[in-house]
Amino acid sequence: MSPDDCKYTQEHEWVKVENAERGQALVGITDYAQDQLGDVVYLDLPQAGSSVHQQDKMGEVESVKAVSDLFSPVSGQVLEVNTDLLDHPERVNEDPFGQGWLIRVTMSSASELDGLMSAAEYESYISGL
Amino acid sequence: MLAAIGVGSVDDLFLDIPEEFRNPSLDLPAPLSELEIQKELAGFAAKNRPLGSGPSFLGAGSYHHFIPAIVKALMTRGEFLTAYTPYQPEVSQGTLQVIYEFQSLIANLFGMEVTNAGMYDGATSLAEGVLMACRVTQRHQVAIADTLSPDYLKVIQTYCQAQGIQIQLTQAADPEVTGESACLVVQYPNFFGYLEDLSRLSDQAHRQGALLVVSADPMALGMFQPPGHYDADIVTGEGQPLGIPTSFGGPYLGLFTTKQQYIRQMPSRLVGKTVDSQGRTGYVLTLQTREQHIRRERATSNICTNEALYALASTIFLAAMGKQGLRQIAELCYHKAHYAAAKIAELPGYFLPMSGTFFQEFVIQCPDSPARINRRLMEQNILGGWDLTADSNGSAPAWGRDQRMLLCVTEMNSKEDIDCLVSALGEFN
Amino acid sequence: MQTGGSRSTGKLLMDRSSPGRMGVVPPPLDVPAQEMPDQALLRGNLDLPEVSEPEVVQYFTNLSQQNFSIDTQFYPLGSCTMKYNPKINDEVSFLPGFAGIHPRQPVETCQGALEVLYRLQEFLARISGMPAVSLATLAGAQGELAGVLMMRAYHQSRGDAGRTKMAIPDSAHGTNPSSASMAGFDVVTLPSDRAGNVDLEALHELAGPDMVGVMITLPSTLGIFDANIVEVCRVVHEAGGLVYGDGANMNALLGRVKLGDLGFDLIHSNLHKTFSTPHGGGGPGAGPVCCSRALAPFLAAPIVTKDAKKKAGDDAPEYRLAQPEQSIGKISGFHGNFGVLVRAYTYIRTLGESGLKSISSNAVLNANYLMEALRDIYLLPYDRRCMHEVVFSADLQKERGVSGLDVAKRLLDYGYHAPTMYFPLIVHEALMIEPTESETRETLDAFIQALRDIDRESQENPDLVRQAPHTTPVSRLDEAAAARRPDLRWTKRE
Repeated sequence: MSPDDCKYTQEHEWVKVENAERGQALVGITDYAQDQLGDVVYLDLPQAGSSVHQQDKMGEVESVKAVSDLFSPVSGQVLEVNTDLLDHPERVNEDPFGQGWLIRVTMSSASELDGLMSAAEYESYISGL
Repeated sequence: MLAAIGVGSVDDLFLDIPEEFRNPSLDLPAPLSELEIQKELAGFAAKNRPLGSGPSFLGAGSYHHFIPAIVKALMTRGEFLTAYTPYQPEVSQGTLQVIYEFQSLIANLFGMEVTNAGMYDGATSLAEGVLMACRVTQRHQVAIADTLSPDYLKVIQTYCQAQGIQIQLTQAADPEVTGESACLVVQYPNFFGYLEDLSRLSDQAHRQGALLVVSADPMALGMFQPPGHYDADIVTGEGQPLGIPTSFGGPYLGLFTTKQQYIRQMPSRLVGKTVDSQGRTGYVLTLQTREQHIRRERATSNICTNEALYALASTIFLAAMGKQGLRQIAELCYHKAHYAAAKIAELPGYFLPMSGTFFQEFVIQCPDSPARINRRLMEQNILGGWDLTADSNGSAPAWGRDQRMLLCVTEMNSKEDIDCLVSALGEFN
Repeated sequence: MQTGGSRSTGKLLMDRSSPGRMGVVPPPLDVPAQEMPDQALLRGNLDLPEVSEPEVVQYFTNLSQQNFSIDTQFYPLGSCTMKYNPKINDEVSFLPGFAGIHPRQPVETCQGALEVLYRLQEFLARISGMPAVSLATLAGAQGELAGVLMMRAYHQSRGDAGRTKMAIPDSAHGTNPSSASMAGFDVVTLPSDRAGNVDLEALHELAGPDMVGVMITLPSTLGIFDANIVEVCRVVHEAGGLVYGDGANMNALLGRVKLGDLGFDLIHSNLHKTFSTPHGGGGPGAGPVCCSRALAPFLAAPIVTKDAKKKAGDDAPEYRLAQPEQSIGKISGFHGNFGVLVRAYTYIRTLGESGLKSISSNAVLNANYLMEALRDIYLLPYDRRCMHEVVFSADLQKERGVSGLDVAKRLLDYGYHAPTMYFPLIVHEALMIEPTESETRETLDAFIQALRDIDRESQENPDLVRQAPHTTPVSRLDEAAAARRPDLRWTKRE
């Protein structure tokens, strides 16, 4: 199930605001996405300090026989990258909303969140796929 | 079978082809039986002069070396010869384990961290190395030492022509590498047979953030320091000297090695070790997301079928030669080549115009045109060296000059062969 | 299972080493020893195996027995044309007069080799219906690269540099978009229509002054002959574009149609598929490019030319290597994969026109026979006449929890190599079966029975299929672990 405290994109990324005052948020891919991808073997993520833009490609996720683009759910600056995934990409499969988070960002515009889906909306979106 | 399919004739299976183009005449000669074709081809083969039929001193990128009998005996086993690319690992462990062995032995020989499953040949492998260096550094200029094989240079130009990559020839002795250069490309030993100072070149490249890309002769690495020792970033090579016949230029084997940190930018297949569902060791094709069948237009290369059978040949060769055998063969080449060079340098009218350490090839300055000398040598059934005036492209210091010849002496040349060459050369002065 | 005296392949060569052992003993030095170079230039350690000749033979022989191969199994791997290749073709390529010649030796001393190449160029020109041929490219994908570079050079030579888009069908091999991209083009996907043909409407939309051309595989990777092909060529030409043909599936068309007649401007031919070179575990191959007169000046170098004999007894060389006037350049170290080219020459010369035609006949007959015999059990996403291969979908089996992959893996237990899976990408659970011409009806019937049995197993005992294979040297391998933490070489044990 998709946690209620996240917002979702049609490309199956989630964003969770950690600290609204500072505009800090975590970004990852959904359980549905990891299930569709199969075993995640490698992630190409943006570097800390770089900027990301909502709906723009921010990296790639690889399974054994597929490569998919990662799109940023929000605009902002990358504060931190989950370096644990370098050695343990399987965390994305095991715990997509927890230890499998991808990047931490400082959002440049919190209002972008309004355009994203709620957990309930996302659930109904994927049930129609 | 036709009845099961529900058609009256085989021709009915081809009705999708527009009628006006169907069943054209091919105008081919009448077929020959196996007995006849054997004769016909033996006839064609007899019009060629094989290297083994007399003293031969031609190298310049293709080398006459000893091939032990077991190489052909093992590589032509039907189970190796008639298998496809190992896409079904459960029934391809033979090929997969061989490639893993190949990757291991070539990595050891080159002193590099990782090797791929092979490329087409030495020239294309180097061209792909140049493209990879551009991807890694995100730069689009390439500095190429002027002692590189002119044919390798041409292939690099072909591969780079559509990708907006600028190629600059630079003097190997004092290369111009800038902060815009993706890499410095050198051959080791260089086209003229001499060792480049990789230690210095490596520094010069790295100081500018450029990669050092080396095309190395694997046989020379039987005795000389491998490029990995000098911190080279991408090392390619022609695998032909490792148990593959000269065969008029192909099939050969491209060798391609690099550092672990760059593996995701590598072209071609890779085999990795893993375990099966019962915990047994096994081998699989891996990191396939780099490749064309998955990444399509964003793949690291379009390479698909490569030269797996010859990767097998070279693995058998290296296993059979082993640690001591390869060193001994390399040293035989070295001593014989130096013996020949010294003898020729003593002849009036001849001298060695280049200095430094060479392996099995060296340049001689002749008293007459190499073309004329080679014709006269062939009259005595001696295949002479490569006429460097033929390679004239005006860009490199050592060619474009008259009367220079590149000679190659390997373990296949007996003392008698060499003395015979020296005496024949002595007739010109 | 290793039993009794059979020799295990578990240990790698480096772990088999015993100091001092040698597989080959080089001869003694027969010239006076020369001065050695500076010690710093010489390598200290060289980590290569130290094993004896019998050990090498036993190790590699035992390894070979862990492979499936055409000589031991039916190998219906779609799009790869795993047919029997006559042994004579290999044998002649090993003749010392071929295998023992040097690519740089003077043309007077290799006229026989050049004549074989010249004749092969002629054969391929006649078979493809295209007048000019270069044999220099070393594999199918390299033929593609040469071909798309030629398309680029052709447009540029006409001052038509605004063409940047290459249209490629959604069913294409990955090499097509990858090659187009190496030639600096943007790839646009050409959808297929419901019948599996190129969608003409979509093509009309793409065809314009910015289109380089199209890359088409015929028959397509769906195993079907595109009914619109002549129209496709017309539309592309009208827009000023060129039609490139991927010859991977030429086995279906030998003697039945010439691609040049249909309107193709240039093609490559995978000699190792169609014209008989064993696949060798993944090469070598050869990918000659055949083209129209208009494109001939751009062919990759070298090509082989023939001079007219001036008079009888004239011993000047007849055959030479030449560079086409506006060549895209040199694309391989020497003159192409000669050993593969000799095999192709031999193959065509021993078959002639009637023999080539019987290849396409039997290849297409066998594929259609399989299609009819299995259509009641496996879904046919494009239910129409197939050519040399048939693409099924395992969607029905998937609904029961058994995927196309499972079916393919279970076939290994029955002693058959798996079909190509999950390709073309536009077919769900694709199982692409190419029987080739060289299999008997008995083999096909037994294979049909195996696929029927597996379908039954997928209903009665799905776990048996899902966990297959059970009888192979190893079971399913952990590919995710291999990719996550790559172990790509032997390392010294600590």
